Amino acid sequence: MIKAILIFNNHGKPRLSKFYEHYNEDTEQQIIRETFHLVSKRDENVCNFLEGGLLIGGSDYKLIYRHYATLYFVFCVDSSESELGILDLIQVFVETLDKCFENVCELDLIFHVDKVHHILAEMVMGGMVLETNMNEIIMQVDAQNKMEKSEAGIAGAPARAVSAVKNMNLPEMPKNINIGDISIKVPNLPSFK
Amino acid sequence: MALKIVKGSIDRMFDKNLQDLVRGIRNHKEDEAKYISTCIDEIKQELKQDNIAVKANAVCKLTYLQMLGYDVSWAAFNIVEVMSSSKFTYKRIGYLAASQCFHESTDVIMLTTNQIRKDLSSPNQYDTGVALTGLSCFVTPDLARDLANDIMTLMSHTKPYIRKKAVLIMYKVFLKYPESLRPAFPRLKEKLEDPDPGVQSAAVNVICELARRNPKNYLSLAPLFFKLMTSSTNNWVLIKIIKLFGALTPLEPRLGKKLIEPLTNLIHSTSAMSLLYECVNTVIAVLISLSSGMPNHSASIQLCVQKLRILIEDSDQNLKYLGLLAMSKILKTHPKSVQSHKDLILQCLDDKDESIRLRALDLLYGMVSKKNLMEIVKKLMLHVDKAEGTTYRDELLTKIIDICSQSNYQYITNFEWYISILVELTRLEGTRHGHLIASQMLDVAIRVKAIRAFAVAQMATLLDNAHLLTGNTQRNGICEVLYAAAWICGEFSEHLENPMQTLEAMLRPKVATLPGHIQAVYVQNAAKLFATVLKGQEGDADGTAAQEASQLMIDRLPLFVQSANLEVQERASCILQLVKYIQKLQQKDVEVAEEVSALFAGELNPVAPKAQKKVPVPEGLDLDAWINEPPSESESEDEQPKAIFAKEETKHSRPRHTEVDEKELARRREARKQEQANNPFYIKASPSSQKVYQDAPGVEHIPVVQIDLNVPLKVPGLPMSDQYVKLEEERRQKARADKKKKEKKKRKEKRSGRGKKHDSGPESEEDIAPAHMVDIVTEEMPENALPSDDDERDPSDPHKALDIDLDKPLADSEKLPVRSHRAAEAQKSPTDGETENATLQEPKKKSSKEKREKKKDKDRDRKKSKEEKKKKKHKDEDKEEDLLGGQADEAVLQSEETSQVAAPPTSASTPAEVSDLDFWLSNAPVPSNTQEAAAAAEAAPEPSVTAPDSEPDEPKDTEIEETKSSKHKKKKQKKEKEDKKKKKKHHHHHHHSDGGGEESVQNGTVEEEEPLPPMSNYCLLAENSYIKMMKEDAEEVYDIQGNLQDGSQVVVSVIFENKCSSFLKSMEFNVLDSLNSKLQRPEGSGPHDGLVVPFQLPPGVSNEARFVFTVQSIVMPQKLKGTLTFIVKNEDGSTHEKLDFKLHFTCTSYLITTPCYSDAFAKLLESGDLKSSSIRLEGVNMPFHHLLARICFHHHFSVVERIDSCASMYSRSIQGHHVCLLVKTSGETVSIDAKCDEPTLLGNVLDEIKQTFSQC
Repeated sequence: MIKAILIFNNHGKPRLSKFYEHYNEDTEQQIIRETFHLVSKRDENVCNFLEGGLLIGGSDYKLIYRHYATLYFVFCVDSSESELGILDLIQVFVETLDKCFENVCELDLIFHVDKVHHILAEMVMGGMVLETNMNEIIMQVDAQNKMEKSEAGIAGAPARAVSAVKNMNLPEMPKNINIGDISIKVPNLPSFK
Repeated sequence: MALKIVKGSIDRMFDKNLQDLVRGIRNHKEDEAKYISTCIDEIKQELKQDNIAVKANAVCKLTYLQMLGYDVSWAAFNIVEVMSSSKFTYKRIGYLAASQCFHESTDVIMLTTNQIRKDLSSPNQYDTGVALTGLSCFVTPDLARDLANDIMTLMSHTKPYIRKKAVLIMYKVFLKYPESLRPAFPRLKEKLEDPDPGVQSAAVNVICELARRNPKNYLSLAPLFFKLMTSSTNNWVLIKIIKLFGALTPLEPRLGKKLIEPLTNLIHSTSAMSLLYECVNTVIAVLISLSSGMPNHSASIQLCVQKLRILIEDSDQNLKYLGLLAMSKILKTHPKSVQSHKDLILQCLDDKDESIRLRALDLLYGMVSKKNLMEIVKKLMLHVDKAEGTTYRDELLTKIIDICSQSNYQYITNFEWYISILVELTRLEGTRHGHLIASQMLDVAIRVKAIRAFAVAQMATLLDNAHLLTGNTQRNGICEVLYAAAWICGEFSEHLENPMQTLEAMLRPKVATLPGHIQAVYVQNAAKLFATVLKGQEGDADGTAAQEASQLMIDRLPLFVQSANLEVQERASCILQLVKYIQKLQQKDVEVAEEVSALFAGELNPVAPKAQKKVPVPEGLDLDAWINEPPSESESEDEQPKAIFAKEETKHSRPRHTEVDEKELARRREARKQEQANNPFYIKASPSSQKVYQDAPGVEHIPVVQIDLNVPLKVPGLPMSDQYVKLEEERRQKARADKKKKEKKKRKEKRSGRGKKHDSGPESEEDIAPAHMVDIVTEEMPENALPSDDDERDPSDPHKALDIDLDKPLADSEKLPVRSHRAAEAQKSPTDGETENATLQEPKKKSSKEKREKKKDKDRDRKKSKEEKKKKKHKDEDKEEDLLGGQADEAVLQSEETSQVAAPPTSASTPAEVSDLDFWLSNAPVPSNTQEAAAAAEAAPEPSVTAPDSEPDEPKDTEIEETKSSKHKKKKQKKEKEDKKKKKKHHHHHHHSDGGGEESVQNGTVEEEEPLPPMSNYCLLAENSYIKMMKEDAEEVYDIQGNLQDGSQVVVSVIFENKCSSFLKSMEFNVLDSLNSKLQRPEGSGPHDGLVVPFQLPPGVSNEARFVFTVQSIVMPQKLKGTLTFIVKNEDGSTHEKLDFKLHFTCTSYLITTPCYSDAFAKLLESGDLKSSSIRLEGVNMPFHHLLARICFHHHFSVVERIDSCASMYSRSIQGHHVCLLVKTSGETVSIDAKCDEPTLLGNVLDEIKQTFSQC
């Protein structure tokens, strides 16, 4: 079982938090802070598994994380999950985000956290892995987006126009924090198919 | 209209959306909190508006704020509103918000039940999907109970997307509502073989989660999983299954034997590291479970260790980590294999990655021997020095102690060395493990008598230098050590060289800054030291030294008398008075030493921590029995408190006793307390949280300590334990040399003084003699102590509730609740009498088992076999008199029937299943490759494949006979039945049941207490010499929202049973569609294409398939002609065969059992929209409740109200027609008045009811 999925940036700012067990808001923030503290002090070339962390820990649980550009993707899982499997799942998740957002960067996650949730919901449900096939995930996400668009119909058009105008005023969205090495697979981790 | 919508959206497009909110927060970095609070105010305004789009936008923003840590539970109701929007866009936003912030105590959750149910049955798969996803995050016990049945229905949905989500969410439902596990399990099991890999993977996932917690209940699935393991190519599924096997093997070693070979093959063949790793892990688990008796056992372990070494040597830190992790599992049972890789593991201790170092530490634990202990610990001590102020250092510390103390200090040859290691460890700053060191010191000093003198000397030094340990408040944890030091110095003070000096050290003013429990020990042991000093001075002519000691005590103790700690104060004042008295005696030159030391005479023996627990209760002693009779029962509750004040009254009865008891108790308590205080093993009981937090003592408190250079602790530069390493080496060398000389070895090895070399030497464990004879006193245990090491599971563990035997037949009460009003829940248990038979007729209570039995009933109806009739009578009698009456013969019959219906191995009855498993396990290992090729697709060695023809060989005779005989019985019974069936072949009748849980029918066996006659829904469809088809239609019937033009779906389950001795394959099921009813075929296939039955049938096996039909009009019964084509394959070759059949859809099969309130029922009748009709049945001689039960069961009605011999019943068709019945009985005549808004339907239903009863 997956207990929680967290995404935060290099400064510990949460970009997505999904807890499959209930905590109150304060505890959640504390967990995020603590996890960030644990993960951020690790070097780049150490292993991606971490024990401990008082809140989310417990002997059966492990933190499994990956660091992409400015973002940390952290999964807290128990012993029923395969460690390498989860690492691969994170990779699938990020690649899916990359496909869905077209060259995903931190800003995409910042402004479209709801979409990230929807994508995640197609992969992990209630703490259990639902789907690991990227094409299947993308297909389902696209189908739902299409539905959303068709529902908006005419009524959605003006709103879209306005939001386009709003975005134009943005102090140019820096796309430079691109997750450049996203397609590079970690050696020795043949992908799951 | 459209304009209005556009206008509305223009109005709100200037509302802040999520992006604007995020942007705003980013632009207000300085006053973020203030900005957000204004945003929340805006959101509150937006939520007040009626426009759902505005609300959804607000909820979307709230979800974001929730992530930032803002409590948004106040908007829970609005979230529910958004969830119930008809637009997918908003619904999704609502469910997302709910999944993020709803939890069990959110009260609005109970409002969502119906909304979720509606979404679950939505025609749009994404509505259903989003509801399932949301529900998975916030399911509560109530929701789980109310929706379990709906979700179970979805498990057989046509879309794999829904199926996989429904399967996965079942795990959450089980956790919250464990009663659902048994009814749902058969279907879950079925999903293991779903054609869609996603669904299959989800089912594996759920069963693995379940089995991980309660593996023994899932052993019977091993053959199925084994089949999956050998056939699946999905790594996710494989990993899960292999992990599951890892959990199962400890329970069944034979399973392990079977697994070794395929797993070894996988290890060799797979390229996926994750799979390889899990295989290795499970092989290790298997090897652990097989303690011995495997021929190529060592080969497997070698393979594992070798693969793990590759992982550990890999440059990828992840693999290194996992390799070490797996290695530590091997270590437990095969330490030798791991020890050969010591070099590698020691190397990992230097790794920069802490996770890896920790894992390597774990491994070290098992690698020490007498030979290398000192060396390894020395290495660890170096690491301790390096790892300043980290948790890793604490971990190191505990590991050092673990390693040294393991198996009763087995590996320690020199305790002086160990004590000095402990003393060195006290120098660690800021460790949390002071108490651990302290208890080790105590343990060693008490249990190793030979070391006491040395230990006492060391402890005295520690006490002298106590300021080093306590000088810094940061070091608080370590001051626990002083507790041990003080106690050891006091208790074994006869070994002290200079007790007076130690006494002085223990009474320093600074001691008052220590935690209370330590001070208490100080005071107590100061008294012991005092006694020793007195004794030592006994012989001296002038008693000055003794008097000095008394004076010292009298001077210093008042400080402790003032202590805030009660324990310290009490002890100090007692001792102070005592010393004052002694001083008086001393002044009179009275010899007191003897008496004073008598205070502390006797030796304390170590007592095992669990000793008390293990004292067996003497025979005849009942601990729960009253010693004094409790106050008489007549005393009411509210008088109780009074009695406390007016004690005389209660004492009145036995005043003597209570008084004596109280005194005695108080005395004993006191004695016990004293004993506890003196017992060092109560160290654990005094929590370290008692620490007194005081300011760091001022400089003036620190006494100037003379550093005694003779004490090894202060050897400059070199840590003293190293000395022992050297000494030890020399000693061993000498011993070895002596030995060699003695043995007159030819070649005398020359050794340098360096440790490394010695280790590589050929010296064996036995050669190392301990430095001095060590007597390790074992802890005392009471005589005839009982072993009681069973660790109990956490009672709060939710998985405990899921420890359910899944092979047992379903009981009445276990049926999943179907959609119904809460009010209808007032049922009684099915076993407590006559009246509840009426309640039983309610849909809720109708268990699948009943149905099975109803089948029998039906058989009886049709066949009127004398034998069965007799049984019925017998049964009815039983029912009326004694429900527990012996019904052995019936039991047999029933179980046989079950196995006829059942499809082994997926759904055999319990005994059969067990013996199947036994057979499977005792069967020769995996078939060799050639065999496999021959057996084609069905390679997995299922019992059914191998069982019938194989010659019973040597040890398995009994088992095979067992299976054989059961098969035999089955066949006999089958024949019997077929005969019956042939006669009434064209009379068969199709019956429906309410959705869900049916197939658990097959899982059941015998149930003795059965108030209702048995009924079943399966009936013969067609058969020939090759195959028999049994049909139960309308597995579940559900409407696809009224507005859709194509009416409804009906699911038909068909059991295919192979009756011949050949293999049946390539079965195709085809039906000639009528205008009204159509078989649902996969997209892309033509209207005349057959559906492929997704399984093959080995001889004697049966299996079940489901087919979905779309029905337009439901007012008339319908018949469909169909054909089953299949290939019969035997040794001579294969032939094409076909079997024609007719599917019969009755009108009742379109009715759904729907409960109805009596007031709603009355309104319905009053409305006047209904047409009425009536029938009269003559010669019905059955109890009224049986009659009702029959109507309920066969025709899907529910009882609304029942008054004496009159009852009103209700049902609803899948297209929403209401059907109301009023059933009256007088004598043998039953009259049924009926009303319905569709007269044709009503007429047909009534005809069918009539037919049902005309058959009995």
